[in-house]
Amino acid sequence: MKIAVLVKQVPDTYGDRRMDPATRTVDRGSADPVIDEINERAVEAALQIKEAGDGVTVTAVTMGPVRAVEALRKALAMGADSAVHICDDTLAGSDAMQTSEVLAAALAGRDFDLVIAGNESTDGRTAAVPAMLAERLGMAQLTFLRTVTVSGGSVSGERMTGNGYVEAQAPLPAVVSVTEQSAEPRFPKFRGIMAAKKKPLQTLTLAELGLPGGEAGGENSWSRVLDVTARPARTAGTVVTDDGTAGTQVAEYLAAAKLI
Amino acid sequence: MARTGTPPTALELFGIDGLLSDDELAIRQTVREYCDGKIRPHLADWFEAGSLPARELARELGSLGALGMHLEGYGCAGMSATAYGLACLELEAADSGIRSLVSVQGSLAMYAIWAYGSEEQKQEWLPRMASGEAIGCFGLTEPDHGSNPSGMRTYAKQDGDDWILNGTKMWITNGSIAQVAVVWAATDDGVRGFVVPTDTPGFSAPEIKKKLSLRASVTSELVLDSVRLPASAMLPEATSLRAPLGCLNEARFGIVFGALGAARECLETATAYAREREVFDKPLAGFQLTQEKLANMALELGKGMLLALHLARLKEQHALAPEQVSLGKLNNVREAIRIARECRTILGANGISLEYPVIRHANNLESVLTYEGTSEVHTLVIGQALTGLPAFR
Ligand SMILES: Cc1cc2nc3c(=O)[nH]c(=O)nc-3n(C[C@H](O)[C@H](O)[C@H](O)COP(=O)(O)OP(=O)(O)OC[C@H]3O[C@@H](n4cnc5c(N)ncnc54)[C@H](O)[C@@H]3O)c2cc1C
Repeated sequence: MKIAVLVKQVPDTYGDRRMDPATRTVDRGSADPVIDEINERAVEAALQIKEAGDGVTVTAVTMGPVRAVEALRKALAMGADSAVHICDDTLAGSDAMQTSEVLAAALAGRDFDLVIAGNESTDGRTAAVPAMLAERLGMAQLTFLRTVTVSGGSVSGERMTGNGYVEAQAPLPAVVSVTEQSAEPRFPKFRGIMAAKKKPLQTLTLAELGLPGGEAGGENSWSRVLDVTARPARTAGTVVTDDGTAGTQVAEYLAAAKLI
Repeated sequence: MARTGTPPTALELFGIDGLLSDDELAIRQTVREYCDGKIRPHLADWFEAGSLPARELARELGSLGALGMHLEGYGCAGMSATAYGLACLELEAADSGIRSLVSVQGSLAMYAIWAYGSEEQKQEWLPRMASGEAIGCFGLTEPDHGSNPSGMRTYAKQDGDDWILNGTKMWITNGSIAQVAVVWAATDDGVRGFVVPTDTPGFSAPEIKKKLSLRASVTSELVLDSVRLPASAMLPEATSLRAPLGCLNEARFGIVFGALGAARECLETATAYAREREVFDKPLAGFQLTQEKLANMALELGKGMLLALHLARLKEQHALAPEQVSLGKLNNVREAIRIARECRTILGANGISLEYPVIRHANNLESVLTYEGTSEVHTLVIGQALTGLPAFR
């Protein structure tokens, strides 16, 4: 069985993430780039399937700038077998529609039985790419999983819903996405780090994928960010002093904010 | 070099990462993430309780590849001296006790068997110790002989083919949790090393309590009461005190990096604190006195790091002399403890709380200053190297 795991490099959520007002995209200099944690969980899910089965190979795939190769190296160090890096200057600023098109072109024709992605990236947070990709590849889609198991030609798992989960199943080939509740990712072992260097890593341009350059990138994207506003500075909260009615006051506050 | 959002750290200012290879950076990163995920959240509690889940940690560290990581073969990861140093640095940035666990396991107990042991001893112990399944300790110091181990009283007497060990070892890291103890003893034929399974009758290892330093580390006494061992328990290649001193040299090398980890954590904590904390209506970091403290500490941290990396590159070329390790241990531990104490002042009252890592590091570094050769002893080593005159006695 062949599994592809989609990984993305994002600004570290520990850092002070900012938007660049000029380009209205994430200021990638504002925080260290790291592999998105949710993608580490996707890699973990793939590796667990690999370890549970025979003849399973895992390929990590990313579309991103030159430095994004670090995210692939981490996936390889964790235990993925090979990696594909779609790297092309014209891709900068792509939206979910464009990204899914490029990823679909990279994945198509490689006989993947299962594509595993994170349900959303911590920077863009559209949570749309996995579904779009499934559509473009003509594969079944199973999103928001917290567990992933493969058996006898199908993939199944617990799909998170607003108030619990449902057991869901789809025939292979399929695209699945995992949530931050799926299995905790392993730390790359020292041996894995050294072995990663010797694993195949393919770099592809748009032309090599057979895609026209003229439709790529922020200039041609389907969605536009017209404006960005910095998050307002944090203001002092409301202090409720308990004179016997604090419970009611808190409940009213939450109700007014439509939180309950 | 720096991120646009926050000012650079001291080591970023020095451009240290540019001196490291991709592999070294990746190994550092995985240890850092492991510490962030599995160790840092619990340290204050472990330190306060004076206990830690050492067996579990040993297995995790073993699975990562951190135990005996600089040794070749027998399930060891075979990493470079620099990678080993960087791992020690990250572990000690979490806590000196965690680095001690790893140093004693890899550089003292495993190294002793790896460098001086028989093939059978290596096969029996090293793979299990590399995986963290077996924990080792290293018994050299005695209640009355620390800096001068040549006076040791622990004695191994030959009885037919067997050896019978009697004596007491003191301040032994990992002692009570070890499956195997490398014990150094005087014999009629000079100092020899013995591989002692800790379930051998007559061996016991009561834990030392009431410590105010390295509380997240197990420290024990080893009591050897007529411990009978077969001839095969002796380390064949260790024929004098030179052998345990060779092991200590390995472990000290890790401390040259490790101590800087503790210092880095303190400096980063204090810098962040000073930027946030307002005194007299402006951030503490905006006062010249504070900036002088931060600048001086950054200088010492960066210089210490350059020294550590230099020593590591020498070690990789097999050109590192013991007195050069003394330069690193003396300087870097001395500066680290100064940095920790200075950072403590920046945190004011918060500086004495376990809510911040600073006092914990400062207290831990008191042990680091003393073990693996006290700063006085390393001063004498350097003095002898410079003058040719030993001043130990
Ligand atoms: C937490 C902890 C863990 C340890 N773990 C281990 C371990 O795993 N295995 C192990 O074998 N040991 C271990 N040790 C012991 C450590 O190595 C010794 O404490 C150290 O060697 C110093 O010995 P001592 O305590 O007997 O001090 P002493 O040797 O009595 O020294 C007391 C003071 O005298 C100074 N001094 C000694 N000789 C001279 C001299 N010639 N000139 C000038 N000053 C001198 C010393 O520098 C020191 O300041 C550990 C210690 C600690 C605190």
